[in-house]
Amino acid sequence: MQTNLGRAQPRTFSERMLRGRWIGKALLVALLAYAVWAIGRQAVQAPALFVEQVKNGLQLGFVYAMIALGYTMVYGIVRLINFAHGDVFMVGAFVSYFAISRVKLHMWLASLAPGLPEGLSLLVGTLTVIVLAMVTCAFLAVVIERVAYKPLRTAPRISALITAIGVSFFLEYFGALDFVFSPDFITYQRPFPVQVWYIKGGIHPLVPGTQAPAGSVLFSNIFIIIALSSIFLVILLNFIVRRTKVGRAMRAVAYDKPTARLMGINVDGIISITFAIGAALAGAGGVLYAIAFPSIVFWMGIIPGLKAFVAAVLGGIGSIPGAFLGAIIMGQAEALSSAYISTPMRDAIAFTILILVLLVRPTGILGEIEREKA
Amino acid sequence: MKTRHVVSILFVLALLLSACGGAQQAKTLKVAILAPLSGAVPTFGVSTRDGALMAIDEWNAKGGVLGMTIEAIVEDSQCSPDPAIAAANKVIDTDKVHYIVGEVCSSASIPISEITEAKGVVQISPTSTNANVTINADGTTKKFVFRACFIDPFQGAVGAAFAKKQGFATAFIMYDQSNDYVRGLAEAFEGTFTGLGGSIVGKEAYLAADTDFSTILAKVAEADPDVVYLPDYYNIVNLVTAQAKEKGIIAPFMGGDGWDSADLNKAAAAGGFFTGHYTPDDARPIVQAFVKAYGEKYKDDTGVAKVPDMLAALGYDATNLLLAAIEKAGADDATKVVAAMEALSYDAVSGTITFDAQHNPIKAAVVLQVQPDKIVWVDTVAP
Repeated sequence: MQTNLGRAQPRTFSERMLRGRWIGKALLVALLAYAVWAIGRQAVQAPALFVEQVKNGLQLGFVYAMIALGYTMVYGIVRLINFAHGDVFMVGAFVSYFAISRVKLHMWLASLAPGLPEGLSLLVGTLTVIVLAMVTCAFLAVVIERVAYKPLRTAPRISALITAIGVSFFLEYFGALDFVFSPDFITYQRPFPVQVWYIKGGIHPLVPGTQAPAGSVLFSNIFIIIALSSIFLVILLNFIVRRTKVGRAMRAVAYDKPTARLMGINVDGIISITFAIGAALAGAGGVLYAIAFPSIVFWMGIIPGLKAFVAAVLGGIGSIPGAFLGAIIMGQAEALSSAYISTPMRDAIAFTILILVLLVRPTGILGEIEREKA
Repeated sequence: MKTRHVVSILFVLALLLSACGGAQQAKTLKVAILAPLSGAVPTFGVSTRDGALMAIDEWNAKGGVLGMTIEAIVEDSQCSPDPAIAAANKVIDTDKVHYIVGEVCSSASIPISEITEAKGVVQISPTSTNANVTINADGTTKKFVFRACFIDPFQGAVGAAFAKKQGFATAFIMYDQSNDYVRGLAEAFEGTFTGLGGSIVGKEAYLAADTDFSTILAKVAEADPDVVYLPDYYNIVNLVTAQAKEKGIIAPFMGGDGWDSADLNKAAAAGGFFTGHYTPDDARPIVQAFVKAYGEKYKDDTGVAKVPDMLAALGYDATNLLLAAIEKAGADDATKVVAAMEALSYDAVSGTITFDAQHNPIKAAVVLQVQPDKIVWVDTVAP
């Protein structure tokens, strides 16, 4: 007689298939095969256009990554989906708008030292604007956390979630007031002039008012600043979390709050710092988004916020590399489906990918199974 | 039983009182103005309202219409079906208006027209250019609905004819497939342009809330057309034209009257063309008198006289057409006003207007060009 110790192991092929979430896997494989076939066929015909579209997807993905990191950090530490995060992103864009258009902050170095090359002083000025937006958003997030979330830390999780939705609406419609940001679309003034280069047998600057030769790949200084800022901030964040004392404290608080407190960690302080860092990234994302797509309005944070949240879930919420990976996948899914399948179908395709990935890996690509704890 | 008597007496008294109230109010004629004062295109709404209110003030200064003072009731209809329906029901059922000037957007005017048709209220839309505002699904004309502007196919056709005249042989069309107005212009442009021997080298749809147009613009750059037709509102035009610069696209963009806004980013859209109903540069005395009076009445934040845009001119024209028809009809009666409007020939700011069988005005269109600091008139195309 056979004795079963522990869980019965599936023995037949059909049993293994049933346990192995094969429906999701099969659909995912089929979809990927179709995508490779559909995109590959057209990419071979026009390789430069394909590279161009991948670059467009990367630009979007980098911006999503900066928002997704905030979602994932806050979720990792207090298990709260901070729906106001997309609106902090919007505030970042508006802070930079006022800094650029009203105060001319991006010109500070050019006016102090007129002898410097224009490119350098505008670069420093733009970075100053980004830092200002980051600091403002970090401060805003700490205030939101102290006022709206901290008192609810011991309340049921749904209360904090609904409060987060409330804070989100508050930020949007407070911003829509005439004397705050106004309800109108506002034309955003880029802090630096756009410079375009094209790659065809080397890198050549594109003279404004002329066309690049057929089959060349174009990129602009906007893409460079978005890519570099995003990658730099992600590496910096990873360094903070992995290598510094604050980062170790964050991980400890995320793992087990009561024990972390017993070990002498200032849990409330660490949670505030987490909110501040996440919001600073969103603020920088808001500035870069406004530079890339220069028309801003009070509800501009809703859709990028939602997409970034999806990216964080796709990558595995709570995981920093996961959020970055998820954002890059979302950006590519959107750009490539828009480029090769259909623009109006774009979001449907991106969200189908999310559903299929979650069918196969319910915790997201790099997510871990949630630990049972207080 | 006694209480019932008391109730019925009170009821009769109330009826008498309300009848008296009605008799006293007969000295005023209520006109509702439904405009998007918030939502996607608030600057359109404000201009339209200001133009309409100016027309009403001028009529009141001349002694009103049929001896009645005109009372304006302004409601925010947000360029969107639900708030527009709510606003229309409010002004018809609560304020008891018989005349509506509005809405600006076709997507709001069409649902309003279903209410005005059912309730016998005269509606004149200043700027909704979709054909379905004045005609039913079966092709018959809506009895009570007029417009002061020409319709989408006309603008798309003028755009296409002008593009051919400029020597453009190939065109790329970008359109918002969820917006009736944008789709209407795009379809008319495509039909006329191909009919005139031009070729459409690409056609891409996007969604209303989109901000990233880089994938579509990469396809535009690849197709290398002579002109890009983008008949959307100014906020989308601002985003698309700013991103087109990064893609090295030098083909001019072209659109419809949705471009006409003080918030159009002229630096980004420079070189582009759009079709329109009116320009303040027009030398006709009626236009110059209108521009002068508007500037005296409305000032911007810094106290400088505002120059009326297309929306203000059409809001003014629509209101004048309605009041002229009421005066011609000689009675506050919707059916008589409709008959008077159908036979009207009115010298308006946007041209001499008569109505065709589908309640669309017959008048000329202007083509304007965007320059980095201003918008200039380039051509006028008569139907």
